[in-house]
Amino acid sequence: MNIWTAAAFQILQSVFVVLAAPVLVGWVNQCRAWLQNRSAPSLLLPYFTLAKLFHKEAVVARSASPLFRATPYILFGCMWLAAGIVPVLATGLPFAPAADIIALVGVFALARVFSALAAMDIGTSFGSLGARREMMIGFLAEPAMLMTLFTAAFISGSTQLTTIVDTLAHREFALYPSLAFAAVAFLMVLLAENARIPIDNPATHLELTMIHEAMILEYSARHLALIEWAVAIKLFAYMTLGIALFVPWGIAPAGDWHALPAAVGALAAKLLLAGAGLALIEALLAKLRLLLAPEFLSTAFLLGVLGMLTHFLVQG
Amino acid sequence: MSAPFPAQVVNVLAALLLLIAFSMLSQRRVLTLIKLFAWQGAALAASTAIVAWSTGQTHLYYSAVLTLLLKVILIPWILHRLIDRLFVRWDVETLINIPTTMLIGIALVIFAFALATPISQMATTLTRSTLGIALASVLLSFLMMIVRRKAVPQVIGFLAMENSLFFAATSATYGMPLVVELGVALDVLVGTFIFGIFFFHIREQFDSLDIRHMEKLKQD
Repeated sequence: MNIWTAAAFQILQSVFVVLAAPVLVGWVNQCRAWLQNRSAPSLLLPYFTLAKLFHKEAVVARSASPLFRATPYILFGCMWLAAGIVPVLATGLPFAPAADIIALVGVFALARVFSALAAMDIGTSFGSLGARREMMIGFLAEPAMLMTLFTAAFISGSTQLTTIVDTLAHREFALYPSLAFAAVAFLMVLLAENARIPIDNPATHLELTMIHEAMILEYSARHLALIEWAVAIKLFAYMTLGIALFVPWGIAPAGDWHALPAAVGALAAKLLLAGAGLALIEALLAKLRLLLAPEFLSTAFLLGVLGMLTHFLVQG
Repeated sequence: MSAPFPAQVVNVLAALLLLIAFSMLSQRRVLTLIKLFAWQGAALAASTAIVAWSTGQTHLYYSAVLTLLLKVILIPWILHRLIDRLFVRWDVETLINIPTTMLIGIALVIFAFALATPISQMATTLTRSTLGIALASVLLSFLMMIVRRKAVPQVIGFLAMENSLFFAATSATYGMPLVVELGVALDVLVGTFIFGIFFFHIREQFDSLDIRHMEKLKQD
């Protein structure tokens, strides 16, 4: 595989993720509307929202520092980078050796630190309230996330995502109880990190219990559009990471143009299911009180640790 | 590296048992606790049946059926009746908060796994790798009995411990002789009845099922 093919694959995947992420959000919203017996909004509504926001005039508070203006771009950049590292369509991309799973968690952490700083920058009470809550959720979710990823890393003997996915996709069929634990833990972390229902409600805009929305309350126009887009890419990256770790079948090796259509089809099918599943979870669960969030996330951490321990005990 | 398929299924069921032990530890409601206990029995019966099928030990079929009848149907039903009669559908109080209990639980699991690894390396049974999980479940049920303040959850912890011991026996030596198992099953059943009677006596005496009241020796 020469370098140009590899680069083409990398660019293709990155552009694909950025363009496809809002559809995923639209699909989740559509499923949720159906489950709540409402008439569903268009699948393309997130695009229209982004276009509308990009055409508006940005308003920034007088007390805002450059950090506040820079944060949307940093967030978008972090999420795009993360989406470039995760093997979405193909393994063995040129970006992949740049960062392993630990660095990937670091990229997400960087985005979180900047969004919390920007939220506190303006000095509104809602902003700092949201930032504090976000940091609390983050510091509990990160160890759980790392434990989950370590379980997969132990099974495949590497922390490189490409190697992990290759090993897991091409193994003989075997039941891995440790992976089952890790998958449940990952799902819980996904819900918490993407501000989904048991921890935060993505549908509310002005509520005292909000976390994510409280942080971005001061943003408008193109800044808000970039943040919304980054959030969509984050959800997409988390979902594709989960797919790559736990149901990796059908992913294409880099440079193999013939396997690509099948990989896109498999990914689309898995994402359709995952999005519907997410909507179902959100329809079934109620939002937890904030003080119960540590319990939720410590359960995720526990499951991650159990997965890792079970791997050592039963070798699988 | 990969084990034969029945052993894999048993491993998954063992992992499920461990998960159920943890969820019992973190559960606040008595009703859910009983449901979880029934599920534990079901997982146990399934794993026993699979071990019986893959090793040709016919007496294990009987213990699987016995487990199914006793621990999935009869005892949960008795417990349901009990909490209906006692009106104890309240939330369970724990002595220490739940995240701390979970962390202690993880420490116990690590201890049990470290203890069981040398044993299972010497063993040749199909189910050798699940011994650590069985041991961990025993310790977790113990922990549950310690951190609970009310009588009903403590009894469920005791019954869960019996389940784990049964699982340990299956994974270490393909189960005990049928006579012993019948005896144990009868003991558990009778024990549940006696506990039920005791619940009423405790409540009559102290107007509560909180066992802190029993620490006082005399009425003052």
